[in-house]
Amino acid sequence: MTQAVIIDSGGANLASLQFALQRLGARATVTSDPRAIAAAPRVVLPGVGSAADAMQRLRHSGVAELLPTLRQPVLGICLGMQLLFERSAEGMTECLGLLPGTVGRLRAARGRPVPHMGWNQLLPTRADPLLEGIAPGEYFYFVHSYAAPVSQMTVAHVDYGQSLSAVVRRGNFCGTQFHPERSAAAGARLLGNFLRLS
Amino acid sequence: MGDILELAARYRDEGADELVFYDITASPERRSVDRGWVRRVARVLDIPFCVAGGIRSVADAEEVLNAGAEKVSINSPALADPDLIGALSGRFGSQCVVVGIDSQLTDEGYRAFQFTGDPDRTRESGRDVLAWIREVQERGAGEIVLNCMGSDGVRHGYDLEQLRAAREICDVPLVASGGAGAVEHFTEVFRAAGVDAALAASVFHTGAIAIPQLKRALRAAGIEVRP
Repeated sequence: MTQAVIIDSGGANLASLQFALQRLGARATVTSDPRAIAAAPRVVLPGVGSAADAMQRLRHSGVAELLPTLRQPVLGICLGMQLLFERSAEGMTECLGLLPGTVGRLRAARGRPVPHMGWNQLLPTRADPLLEGIAPGEYFYFVHSYAAPVSQMTVAHVDYGQSLSAVVRRGNFCGTQFHPERSAAAGARLLGNFLRLS
Repeated sequence: MGDILELAARYRDEGADELVFYDITASPERRSVDRGWVRRVARVLDIPFCVAGGIRSVADAEEVLNAGAEKVSINSPALADPDLIGALSGRFGSQCVVVGIDSQLTDEGYRAFQFTGDPDRTRESGRDVLAWIREVQERGAGEIVLNCMGSDGVRHGYDLEQLRAAREICDVPLVASGGAGAVEHFTEVFRAAGVDAALAASVFHTGAIAIPQLKRALRAAGIEVRP
């Protein structure tokens, strides 16, 4: 049975992620114990809420210190992806610094409300094992007010008035701005791809 | 419960983009939505899941989110305690906090109503709908569902005029609710009122409109939807 741990970053959306991994036949436990995380074959860093709160929790539990030392696949989701960067404009928070760059605030415009909530098309910029079997233009579910700009880390982007990073990767650290656990069959495919990484 | 799980699975398979569950009698009965129920539905759903019904505190919301909901929607509790909106968005982020508004035309104009799940306890909150839409955004609501009660259950179409007025002052996602009876009603509410999403219940429950057919019609009309 495939296994993964979900880091308890204090967000409240852990159950839906756990259920999604269970539907794929994976055993996923929720923990903030650095030893359990270090020993896991795959690590998911979810996150809902504010960057400052989440970073404070990760520092307090020792997970912030542990994360840069991990060599197994790590997947940040939504705020979890944003935390992989150096800093976030949300409260000018120092983040994990595993990926270069700063996460910025989305600007609202007519026909483009913030938070950005809804199904948008994924536009791959380069091939990645995470995107295997996922057709360009497939829809994924986004819910966010902050985003990472497109950079060399970008594997796929999304257009929401501007081009934003939707999937990023640097080595074993990857992330999705959207919620794969709530993105129907396409999201399940991506999570399944993650569970096959080693 | 069996019926609800069956419905949830059916909507998931038919391509619904979000499932919203309203336990509409929870607030008038001073209850809060059943967490075990939320968990059972969340287990089978792989689409966004929003839950409403007597969520009166941060602790209530935390339990519902921990049970697998993505977002909580508050209506009567927000009218009773507007500070709840800020407390929830401060703790979980505004993207987690939906404010539902039941709007009805009175002699004083459109007013927000409370406890609409029970006709005997339904009451006017004393709040003007547009003023309330402004206020809940300032307080941190990340989405607004405007349920136009005059249209609700009548199936003559969404209240385009009221939704247009709401859109003018609503910078967060706006969801139209109340009145869907035909495929054209969905097309016109996206076109004429510029809403971000359209919610419907009875036409889907009864099978009067099938979701795949609706989505094909919306795409044919040039409205972008997930296939």
